[in-house]
Amino acid sequence: MSSASTGTDDQFGAPEDHAGGPNDRRAAAKWRDARVVEVAHPAVDAVVLRLAVPERVQHLPGQHYVVRLRAPDGYTAQRSYSVASAPGDELVELFVERISDGEVSGYLADVVEPGDELEVRGPIGRWFVWRGRTPAVAIGGGSGVAPLVGMLRNATDLGHPERLRLAVSATTRARLPYADELEAAGARIALTREPGEHAGRLDAAAIAELVDPAATVYLCGSARFTGAMETLLVDAGQPEGSIRVERFGPTG
Amino acid sequence: MIVATTRGFLGRRKERDPRLPPGQYDVGAGWPVLTAEATPRVDADKWSVTVDGLVDTPTTWTLKELRLLPPSVYAGDIHCVTTWSKLDTNFTGISLDTLFNAVGVRPEATYIVETSTTGYTTNLPIEDVTGGKAWLVWEHEGKPLTREHGGPVRMLVPHLYFWKSAKWISKITLLDHDEPGFWEVNGYHERGDPWREQRFDGD
Repeated sequence: MSSASTGTDDQFGAPEDHAGGPNDRRAAAKWRDARVVEVAHPAVDAVVLRLAVPERVQHLPGQHYVVRLRAPDGYTAQRSYSVASAPGDELVELFVERISDGEVSGYLADVVEPGDELEVRGPIGRWFVWRGRTPAVAIGGGSGVAPLVGMLRNATDLGHPERLRLAVSATTRARLPYADELEAAGARIALTREPGEHAGRLDAAAIAELVDPAATVYLCGSARFTGAMETLLVDAGQPEGSIRVERFGPTG
Repeated sequence: MIVATTRGFLGRRKERDPRLPPGQYDVGAGWPVLTAEATPRVDADKWSVTVDGLVDTPTTWTLKELRLLPPSVYAGDIHCVTTWSKLDTNFTGISLDTLFNAVGVRPEATYIVETSTTGYTTNLPIEDVTGGKAWLVWEHEGKPLTREHGGPVRMLVPHLYFWKSAKWISKITLLDHDEPGFWEVNGYHERGDPWREQRFDGD
């Protein structure tokens, strides 16, 4: 993807290049022991972990962390989870969807409690990031809203929530992470299997209202959801080169 | 690390398939789609690939023209940095060696950059794409490669993580220096060997 098409938000400014700043990739790659400070189960099959990360490298909204679990015989399993907290938050908040039979997500959802230590590395990923300086449209499906919540919180911290327009979709409200926060922020909410105020789906008309060739579009969710949204966006006139996609797969 | 073990974690491994590199799991019959950008609509009849840079004869081939060259099949495993591996699969296309022989690679060429129709790029040392290690492919398990998996034609470098196998390949450029590509400047490893777990910058 050519970065020329995505405006100035890609340009790395000097303030981020210091050690421990968002561009300190070597430091971000290091494994650290994070302490679990808070554990919440806000939605069906979901857990939110709030971690104290020592010598933390500040993240950019949209980035993810890798969590690695280690068994007594040395066996390890690792997965990536999006950061839902703003960079200014003193803790790193990871949203984890509990995948049916998921080796890592099942452990994080069912076993982890405050005081535990978890091996983490991050922040990772320098493409699906929004620094909050330029107009953006964020569209999320199900657990795909997590990184978008990080973007929303950052935009609010910066005093410019109007720069981000949000549309989110889930089967039911109980399966929409951060539903209250998204609603309060004015996100368009589409619940595909629940009657009421938000019943419906993100169809061609809904997507057409979001199209803005001057904005970068952040699209996050399952392969099926992001594929459908991409088609609607492009058909409605959103330039292909302005769309950034994060696909969540069933990786346990 | 200070954490010797994660409290209460035993893991689910049973007998681990020796074909799985460390940290990878077997996706079975599935094939996840992972792309950072909108999936382009590339017409197979209009698609072409160009090999240029440090070569004697820069050349462009259509798919029809590639099909006239000696075909080559890769049968084996593929590995994605997001931790899935797909075992015992196969692709049909053409060996990059065939194209490189046709254009005449100059001795000073040491790296390549793959470019997609979307502008996506990824870089590799020339040793990683010559000697039967890399292909341009248009069929997966006997069927035309689908759009979301990079069809009509994608690059295939199966011994490295799959972001090194550019989808919707449109150009391969030979250089005398390294030019980090899209993920390589976005926090991922320069080379991406799954057996060494070269996932991220610094691994």
